Amino acid sequence: MRPVLIRGGRVIDPSQRMDATLDLLLHGGAVVEIGERLDAPEGAEVFDAAGLVVCPGLIDVHVHLREPGGEHKETIASGARAAAAGGFTAVVAMPNTSPPIDNPASVGFVRSEGMRAGGARVYPTGAITVGQKGEQLAEIGEMFAAGAVAVTDDGRPVMNAGVMRLALEYVQTFDIPVAVHEEDLALSRGGSMNEGVIASRLGLTGIPNAAEDVMIARDLMLAELTGGRLHVQHVSTRGGVELIRAAKARGIRVSAEATPHHFALTDQAVERYGTQAKMNPPLRSEADRAAVVEGVRDGTLDVIATDHAPHHYDEKEQAFEDAPNGIIGLETALGLALTELVGRGVIDLPTLVERMSCAPARALSLPGGTLRLGSPADVTVFHPDEEWTVDPAKSLSLSRNTPFRGWKLRGRPVRTLVEGRTVWAAERP
Amino acid sequence: MAHPAGPYLGKDLLGLEELSAEQITAILDTAEPFKEISERPIKKVPVLRGKTIVNAFFENSTRTRISFEFAEKRLSADTVNFSASGSSVSKGETLVDTAKNLEAMRIDMVVIRHGASGSARFLAERIDSNVVNAGDGRHEHPTQGLLDLLTIRDHFRRIAGLKVCITGDILHSRVARSNLWGLRKLGAEVAVCGPRTLLPRDVEEMGVTVFRRIEDAIEWADVLNVLRLQLERMQGGFVPSLREYNRVFGVTRARLDRAGRDILILHPGPMNRGVEIDSDVADGPHSVILQQVTNGVAIRMAVLYLLAGGAPERAEAAKTGGGE
Repeated sequence: MRPVLIRGGRVIDPSQRMDATLDLLLHGGAVVEIGERLDAPEGAEVFDAAGLVVCPGLIDVHVHLREPGGEHKETIASGARAAAAGGFTAVVAMPNTSPPIDNPASVGFVRSEGMRAGGARVYPTGAITVGQKGEQLAEIGEMFAAGAVAVTDDGRPVMNAGVMRLALEYVQTFDIPVAVHEEDLALSRGGSMNEGVIASRLGLTGIPNAAEDVMIARDLMLAELTGGRLHVQHVSTRGGVELIRAAKARGIRVSAEATPHHFALTDQAVERYGTQAKMNPPLRSEADRAAVVEGVRDGTLDVIATDHAPHHYDEKEQAFEDAPNGIIGLETALGLALTELVGRGVIDLPTLVERMSCAPARALSLPGGTLRLGSPADVTVFHPDEEWTVDPAKSLSLSRNTPFRGWKLRGRPVRTLVEGRTVWAAERP
Repeated sequence: MAHPAGPYLGKDLLGLEELSAEQITAILDTAEPFKEISERPIKKVPVLRGKTIVNAFFENSTRTRISFEFAEKRLSADTVNFSASGSSVSKGETLVDTAKNLEAMRIDMVVIRHGASGSARFLAERIDSNVVNAGDGRHEHPTQGLLDLLTIRDHFRRIAGLKVCITGDILHSRVARSNLWGLRKLGAEVAVCGPRTLLPRDVEEMGVTVFRRIEDAIEWADVLNVLRLQLERMQGGFVPSLREYNRVFGVTRARLDRAGRDILILHPGPMNRGVEIDSDVADGPHSVILQQVTNGVAIRMAVLYLLAGGAPERAEAAKTGGGE
């Protein structure tokens, strides 16, 4: 493969406290040199990155690729391409497919399909419990051996605290985290949006913050009890942020996600029964949104992840309570983070790279998240403030379900390289 | 097949929350001349002659469906009734496909009752025909709210300044929401009273007072609108038993007597006698429960007439085939 010289970009790599205008040389699938005015080796592709940010490849630890069983919504291949178009060099696929990924053969299928896709890297996860039923531990060791980077019953909680305790103990042999969707089903009662005056007005069953908070509190206690690694997915509540902040201060091993939709939107987006704003956990109040933003700022929510959840047009084209949860997010995440967080002065660019690359790599012990010499040549190049308009019709995902249609965002990916190979490049004028 | 939006209502009647006080008053005023039609020996006028209306009831209903049907037939509309069971819906057809198929047969209006909140709006945004919400999930039941307003106005000659308490299962009630918006817009003070398990979260932010005890509500109110306690609420654990519900929250003669003044009693029906309301209250001198039913037909006539492009001041003339 030809060497690639990325010239004159602002290289931001928080893993080595680097933020300077530098050249980056990739060769043989690895980062081989960083410095000023590097010479292009013979045959190298030279890419002028003046005015652009060059950083370790972005990693999304929470995506639904729907394969097997939901190929009309997304496939591993289409999802990996959409990820690359969003500036991600790696994604972590959730196991709530049909059938669920709860055995080593299924984990191997996701891994091999991901390798064939030729987009972002695809890391599989396995279910915590057989069939994601929350009862009996799945073959976690076998799934780990097949390539699972974490276990999760995402989409559902493990309601039985005893089973969760066992999972947090059992994973320690493999040193992988248990990633948790926190929802007490007895409190959420099949609700379809945030509990509050908007739900009351619309006549929709609300999901109270407490449904999430009590489960976060429970699992933090179990993580403390067991010493297991806990990864809290898509935190949406002020209480959840506060609980995790306190737990981190006590030294509990926990990482946590913020999604772009939870830091950019509130339950106001559900007015007039907009199914594109239906997700679980739901969009919350302004106080919750502000707490999520503050959690990202101070690092309580150390990871930005999309919860990319594609659904077919027909499935969202239903009465609100009948429509499925979730939105696509891979191609809007970077733009939303740059606009809503960096653009508003909440975090600076190095912190953004930390939340979208370094911390995700650490949370799930993935390769990447760094441009240290010798590390994989997974690199994202993005424009920090170029304005563009979200047009779902241009998405590489098979689905179009986004509440951000028509949003004007500032900042977008320009080129995505995996192992030194360009897997996606923006059309430049 | 575009329909001209009436000057007083938009294309659809989806809820009272989105109507202005003037629009609500216009509907009530329009209902007045229509009341008399139902008292005639020959209960038919040509107001909606040639109009085709589909009554699409995806959820069971007796009185609302019959009331709409009477209103339509007495205005000479052609009507088709449609229920979920035994139709293409039970074969898995989606709501939007059902609606588009109905519209392809060139209908003018759809009256929809559906179990999902927001379903009436969903339909209205996808078809050109006028849509009348006859109850969508726990959201709104605007014609019920309007007929309650008309009944209260008939009695007091006004709405503004009255104190109206809605009692019972507010959480699951579309009637409660339509009443709440309609009453507030016309200047009434509104309260709710029921077990906290059956009150919506942050209901105070909807501009109502909350009474925890029915005795306090009765002490305060000029009007009680007593909602039906559905039996499944007990199975859902919201209340321990119907017996206890009656003892703690029931509108009883003894409680009303203690207030020492006349309180108007409404109930949207069907009643659970001896649960939320005692028989001697329901059948008592201050109950207007059957007048609500009578007014329901006139209100629905008024709504259909206005959505079809009619004007309130021409309603009287329209009854004899003029005014259009």
